[in-house]
Amino acid sequence: MSGTYLGMPAFPVAAKAALGNETLRGNLRHATHTIRDKREKAVAELDDWALLREAGKQIKDHTLRHLDRYLVQLEESVTAAGGVVHWARDAAEANRIVAELVKATGESEVVKVKSMATQEIGLNEALEAEGISAYETDLAELIVQLGDDLPSHILVPAIHRNRGEIRDIFREQMGAWGRAAPEGLSDTPADLAEAARLHLREKFLRAKVGVSGANFMVAETGTLVVVESEGNGRMCLTLPETLISVVGIEKIVPSWQDLEVFLQTLPRSSTAERMNPYTSMWTGTTDGDGPRAFHLVLLDNGRTDTLADEVGRQALRCIRCSACLNVCPVYERAGGHAYGSVYPGPIGAILSPQLRGIGSEVDASLPYASSLCGACYDVCPVAIDIPEVLVHLRERIADRGGKGHRLEKAAIKASGWVFDHPKVLAAGERVASRTRKLHPSRVPGAGAWTDSRDLPELPPEPFRDWWKKNRAEKNSAGNNSAESNSAESNSSAKNRGEGSAT
Amino acid sequence: MRAALFVTCVNDAVYPSTGIATVRLLERLGVEVDFPEAQSCCGQPQFNTGYRRETEPLVRRTTRAFEGYEYVVTPSGSCAAMVRRHYPEIGDAAAASLASRTYELTEFLVDVVGVTDVGAYFPHVVTYHPSCHGLRMLGLGERPRKLLEAVKGLELRELPGAEECCGFGGTFAVKNSDVSAAMGQDKVRSAVSTGAGVLCGADNSCLMHLGGILSREDAPMRALHLAEILASTEEEPWS
Ligand code: SF4
Repeated sequence: MSGTYLGMPAFPVAAKAALGNETLRGNLRHATHTIRDKREKAVAELDDWALLREAGKQIKDHTLRHLDRYLVQLEESVTAAGGVVHWARDAAEANRIVAELVKATGESEVVKVKSMATQEIGLNEALEAEGISAYETDLAELIVQLGDDLPSHILVPAIHRNRGEIRDIFREQMGAWGRAAPEGLSDTPADLAEAARLHLREKFLRAKVGVSGANFMVAETGTLVVVESEGNGRMCLTLPETLISVVGIEKIVPSWQDLEVFLQTLPRSSTAERMNPYTSMWTGTTDGDGPRAFHLVLLDNGRTDTLADEVGRQALRCIRCSACLNVCPVYERAGGHAYGSVYPGPIGAILSPQLRGIGSEVDASLPYASSLCGACYDVCPVAIDIPEVLVHLRERIADRGGKGHRLEKAAIKASGWVFDHPKVLAAGERVASRTRKLHPSRVPGAGAWTDSRDLPELPPEPFRDWWKKNRAEKNSAGNNSAESNSAESNSSAKNRGEGSAT
Repeated sequence: MRAALFVTCVNDAVYPSTGIATVRLLERLGVEVDFPEAQSCCGQPQFNTGYRRETEPLVRRTTRAFEGYEYVVTPSGSCAAMVRRHYPEIGDAAAASLASRTYELTEFLVDVVGVTDVGAYFPHVVTYHPSCHGLRMLGLGERPRKLLEAVKGLELRELPGAEECCGFGGTFAVKNSDVSAAMGQDKVRSAVSTGAGVLCGADNSCLMHLGGILSREDAPMRALHLAEILASTEEEPWS
């Protein structure tokens, strides 16, 4: 794994590789099940959860509908409070703006608050190319950075690592990035946290420039909000002389009253806490307190296009709580890397193909990376109907045709015609039933199904024929139906692939 | 009471025993059953794979086939969910009307017929897997379990992680067959751990997937549709 998602294979291929890794599967299973159980308890504590969820959805929808207005209001508020607003159409533009701002300070190092937006645009790599080192200060993000790895979860980027792996990464890599890990570092959580604290403290105290994202931006006052659990974010936001925040344009909320809703739903959905341990808010600059210069880079990078799609736009409501990842059975098995994007799991499967377009193989495979079980929709605190968007995006991909889909479309059309002509359908069923002894349960070539599953044995006759014989002409069939029933029932269990012991 | 049976294409071709069981069960409860032969497929596989346009004729056909019936009953949570949830978006007013008249079997038994004890006898140890569409899109809740609990001779064992998807997911089972199989194998492992000999469900497509794994792994368990258990009586036992 090296620090880029470029050239990732399509989801099924990447997932297959992940499935073979027992440690990864164990780590993921343990972590997601622990957090999902806790979330359920934390949510159950609030008897107005359904109302909060609906309120969150409505606030976001309202804001998105009037995004132009609120963005202008935000720019005015931020400027009035002493900040400078920059607009970035795409990743390249945003990276250029940030690099120039850092260079203007004369510094060649920045400390970073964990941020999805800067990951999305590949800021660290872009800064590195300009000779600027960006240090991640979130514990999990630090583990990913030191391990030359990619994040695999929105909230817990190193969810795929266990304690032993983390200790090894710290021992081997910390020295090259700054303060080395203490001698004989163990893999207890307290020791690992202390090693990270010492390593990071040095960086916080030295840094002149901080780079952050934000969970929310309040339009009425121009206030940015970061919620976190470790306090490292607050250090980055308050110690440096210059603060640069890169934020997606959809992160806006109109007022503080709106914010109140999300400060309840976000922590319970993400970390199963009643309140975030650290909620930091900054509004422009203040003399003698915090950074003297504040820059806000507002990032589009595909968001306006996403907004134009009536069904797909609901993905922009996302508050990145990651609850959908933690309940997703596909994410649990495939892991975050298989999604080939900074946004993994169910939200990644609908957001990445919208932000990046469906041109690449991995993006075109993402909407199919779901069994549509609906668990993600159930837990989403802003009620994004992820299955609906998945099907909608599948439609777009199937429409475009291309690899695999031309054949599929032809098959769907043909089966559609048969289904529309029940007489033909019945004839086909009859032929299949009559030749059923010729169908082996492991058909060579039916690979995708029979690699790991047997095919069901076909019945002696389809249901419609039974009905004709036993019910359609009730007068003549009344008496012999019981016999026929038991003949059918005897073959019923075998049809589903009966176990050997029965 | 009179109801039309929507047997579904999978049951028609591969699991007629489920259709037969549904007919026997409903008749035993005094429901007069019709089978409109113009029915075929509800269009769910096409729709969920992204072929909305190709789904439209099937929505029209299904809607026409069940015109005039006050109750349409289907032994398939996912097909019921397709009609209930997506027909109003895809079709016209008639399709929306079908959506409001369509019931999944356990809903029909508990909510319309008003029974939980259907007089069944099935002397086996059973564990129940609630399929996702029945569970989440229809909100079947405790109905299937209540029906099973009332079956004489039946011992119901709770399935650990019952609410997790089995990994079938229609074309997902083929397009992402490795993940699908991994999910199915985990489900089968949990089911076998209960010590039950029968894995019961209300959706034959999920059971086809799970049964295929049970068979491949030679597991001491068989998959069986809920309707077949409910149809079984002391006089006419289902095997
Ligand atoms: S889609 Fe919903 S559940 Fe998933 S991360 Fe976003 S807000 Fe959370």
